[in-house]
Amino acid sequence: MSVAEKKYAGKAYNSALEKIEAALEARRGALVLAKMEARLAEEALDVTLPGRGRGRGGLHPISRTWRRIEEIFGSIGFEVADGPEIETDWYNFTALNNPENHPARSMQDTFYVDLNDAEGKPLLLRTHTSPMQVRYAKMWVERFRHAEKVPAIKVIAPGRTYRVDSDATHSPMFHQVEGLWIDEDVSFADLKGVYTDFLRRFFESDALEVRFRPSYFPFTEPSAEIDLQFGAGPLKGRWLELSGAGQVHPQVVRNFGLDPERYIGFAFGSGLERLTMLRYGIDDLRLFFDGDLRFLSQFS
Amino acid sequence: MNIPENWLKSFVNYKLDIGKLAHLLTMSGLEVESCAPVAPPFSGVVVGEILAVERHPHADKLTVCTVNTGQDRRQVVCGAPNVRAGMKVPLATVGAVLGSLEIKNTKLRGVDSQGMLCSARELGLSDDHAGLLELAADATPGQDLYQALALDEQVLTLKLTPNRADCLSVLGIAREVAALSGEKLIPCEIKPVAEKSPAQHPFKITDAEGCGRFAGRVIRNVNAAATTPVWMRQRLERAGQRSIAALVDVTNYVMLELGRPLHVYDQDKLKGAIDVRWGRQGEKLLLLNGQEVEVDPGVLCITDDSGPIGLAGIMGGESTKAGSDTQNIFLESAFFFPEAIAGRARRYNFTSDAAHRFERGVDFDNNVEGIERATQLILEICGGEPGPTVDRVERLPARKPVRMRVARAKKILGIAIDASGIEAVFRRLAFAYQKDQDSFIVKPPTYRFDLEIEEDLIEEVARVHGFDNIPAHPPHALAKMRASAETQRSLHALRERVAACDYQETINFAFVESAWEADLAGVTNPVRLLNPIASQAGVMRSTLFGSLIANLRTNHARKLGRIRVFEIARVYLRDIAAVDGPLSVAGLRQPLRVAGAAYGQALDEQWGNPSRAVDFFDVKADLEAICAPRRLRFEAAAHPALHPGRSARVSIDGNAGDEPVGWLGELHPRWQQKYELPQPVVLFELEAERLAEVPLPRLTRPSRFPPVVRDIALLVDAGLSAQAFLDAVQAERPAIVQEVKVFDLYQGQNLPAGRKSLAFRVVMQDTERTLTDGEADAARDALVELWGRSLGAKVRA
Repeated sequence: MSVAEKKYAGKAYNSALEKIEAALEARRGALVLAKMEARLAEEALDVTLPGRGRGRGGLHPISRTWRRIEEIFGSIGFEVADGPEIETDWYNFTALNNPENHPARSMQDTFYVDLNDAEGKPLLLRTHTSPMQVRYAKMWVERFRHAEKVPAIKVIAPGRTYRVDSDATHSPMFHQVEGLWIDEDVSFADLKGVYTDFLRRFFESDALEVRFRPSYFPFTEPSAEIDLQFGAGPLKGRWLELSGAGQVHPQVVRNFGLDPERYIGFAFGSGLERLTMLRYGIDDLRLFFDGDLRFLSQFS
Repeated sequence: MNIPENWLKSFVNYKLDIGKLAHLLTMSGLEVESCAPVAPPFSGVVVGEILAVERHPHADKLTVCTVNTGQDRRQVVCGAPNVRAGMKVPLATVGAVLGSLEIKNTKLRGVDSQGMLCSARELGLSDDHAGLLELAADATPGQDLYQALALDEQVLTLKLTPNRADCLSVLGIAREVAALSGEKLIPCEIKPVAEKSPAQHPFKITDAEGCGRFAGRVIRNVNAAATTPVWMRQRLERAGQRSIAALVDVTNYVMLELGRPLHVYDQDKLKGAIDVRWGRQGEKLLLLNGQEVEVDPGVLCITDDSGPIGLAGIMGGESTKAGSDTQNIFLESAFFFPEAIAGRARRYNFTSDAAHRFERGVDFDNNVEGIERATQLILEICGGEPGPTVDRVERLPARKPVRMRVARAKKILGIAIDASGIEAVFRRLAFAYQKDQDSFIVKPPTYRFDLEIEEDLIEEVARVHGFDNIPAHPPHALAKMRASAETQRSLHALRERVAACDYQETINFAFVESAWEADLAGVTNPVRLLNPIASQAGVMRSTLFGSLIANLRTNHARKLGRIRVFEIARVYLRDIAAVDGPLSVAGLRQPLRVAGAAYGQALDEQWGNPSRAVDFFDVKADLEAICAPRRLRFEAAAHPALHPGRSARVSIDGNAGDEPVGWLGELHPRWQQKYELPQPVVLFELEAERLAEVPLPRLTRPSRFPPVVRDIALLVDAGLSAQAFLDAVQAERPAIVQEVKVFDLYQGQNLPAGRKSLAFRVVMQDTERTLTDGEADAARDALVELWGRSLGAKVRA
């Protein structure tokens, strides 16, 4: 072949080769694709089948409330304290200005245990979280014994409490949260402000009314009962008793190791069950403590 | 405390409607629990006079009555046993509505009946259904029953706090209403009743620290069997006090009206002079309630020559009780100090209206007034000749003036009240006060036992000023940052971690059955409750296991197949070494524990998972996840609750000497059977406070050189634990060995008897250079040699 012919034939050859290769490539691609498609089709899952592995448990509704209260009070600088549930008579009563034989003691029917304190009085199951007021404040005052001024005592003490009472609306064990704010100028008006704010944040509603009415507790004076009224919902318009509170009694401030002339402030105690029931629409106190997972798992 | 409105109105003529009054009282500290009419609404019921009663021709138990309605005569069929001609009874006329019942003309066994004669229960007045409600003989036939019985009255039910003993009477509430409403208090007209006989009964007060004042009066020739007038019965009943007999009714009436407890003795049964003194060891007394009590020197007694005849301020005795045949009486009106009475009745397991008042404080100024009021009422009802009132005062409570600074009141309450505002409060409360510059000096009234310090007066100012009028300050505090320590894990975080491992939190009572303690903790001397609510809740738990097993049982009974629960709570352990401290009580430890129980399948039934029961290692992995990054160490040990071959003592961070932090194991088959759980249970319990600390992460730079891995399969004694091999490495670890892990266990027939095979994966790395095969093999050989030497292990061929 001539050079020109060779050139021409070579071109034709190359072009044919390219075409063949392209066709082959296309075919190969199609085959791979078809194979992939077949594989994908074969591998397809029923995505609606349940997932695998361990599930998740949940917290008790009281624990939810408990944590929430700690968060809310923590946001304005309250510490959290906890202490013994089997208490001495002194911390549960006497230190809180509630001496023996005082009629106020019959307000709280007390469980006693078969152990005595140093004075020979039987130990008891704390009837409220208020003994923690005294324990925490004493520790705090001791810590700042040499300071010119004892810094503000701001603490909440949530925990279990016990009273000899068992019916549809009373449980022999229940939970309270105690709150204490002592400084040089903490007034009853501050109590109203703090507690009202707390309830509005807890229930995430500004449409609720809070009422303070005079009451009596040996360890506060003036003492108040705090009632709550919702502006909406099934309980709308009813006053619901919620907490006891008041300005800490000067004798109790003295028992903290402080001079009541200089240091004043408020304390409150609220039932966690009550708050929890109102928050989640629970209508039977007994549900909290009978361990029924059908109830508990709703709060996961 | 029940206060009938009309009785209250006899002391203070307030203009408020009852709802507003209730609100006012509630908002001043006297909580009104309810406010209800004395009778349910009904209409068409009038006073009927039974003119004639004839037997029903066709029924033995029925009668046919002719009833005067005031306007005409009607025939009414009646089944009441007490029906008789001449009595006046409620007649529900045709058309009357009693609750859901409408009265119609009807025929009863063939006889026409035009209305119905009613019992108290049919009208909703009381539970009495023994017969027709007999009305006063002078009731006017035809008068509406509402008027005839003054049923148009509301009764306030108050829930009083223990400091306000002064409000345990109609007068006391009236005083409060007057102060709050600004209306005047109408004083009770009590005129001394002149003596008509010189008769006296001697008495003395031996122990004046218990009894400060004693007034008495003899009334001779009373008719104790007289009937209590309807008006008094009505007031008593509406105040919640049953009518008993005229003399007792009078004393109860005066107590409810004036807050002044009295006692009536049959004077002829008294043996010699009355003496108020502390009891003596061994003295006994039969009380009016039939209870026999033994007194002692802590109990104040009314005595005569025969010994104790009454518990002072609590209850009288049977031996000197005034009965219906009593002729001559001795009235007692004493003041007993609250400290001398408080707690005594409770000690004997009862309470009385008198004790309730005396232990809270009774006015010591109205003893004579009370006697005069009672005398007046007794003469009206029972007749008699009163002797002189003898009043002996030995010692009265001090009423020390209390100073209240205006500035202090403003500071504590956070209000802008001034001296004149405070003065207005004291004036309303009718306190005797003096102004002294920026202070008030108040002399507390004899009926108030709760005004001793400045704060007591501040409280008075606050409640009369109105809590609603105290502003609510939004909290203000230093904006100081607060963050919890990063190396502390809170209980809430721990809860979240346990819940994340698929356990549901429960909260259980701290008191449990003593059998649980014996079975599951081996505790035979648990902390016991002296007054448990039930015998199954008699001891304080020292382990949470019992409660969790109870949770499993509850849910298993509800047909749940897979149950996983946990609790975080305190347990209570006797410990003679424990001393009183800021957060501890001597003789006890009360640590917080976290415990869990897993029962049923390891995982929820799932289409792609073979179903298998949960086992030790599932829960072990849960514990490791919960406690990470801290490492747990497990060592075989026996626990009373657990399967002896499947239980481990747990400690933290792998130091063998560490105090154990808790337990993990399978419930002992014996307890599984006893507690009726058909499948095995895996339990754990750890000291929650010991889990709080977590390390702050510190960087170790990862090596840039590739790791070398060598697997070693060993033939070892079947009794050796995997941990033993890891511990051995810990002691003599070649420097390049980074990690040794157990990755396989084989126990089978083709191994020599008493041997098992354990396979370890050894990861080796150097931070400076790439390891050669030779170096890796040498390290491997060193390990094999070490295990061979210390544990008798051989490489498995």
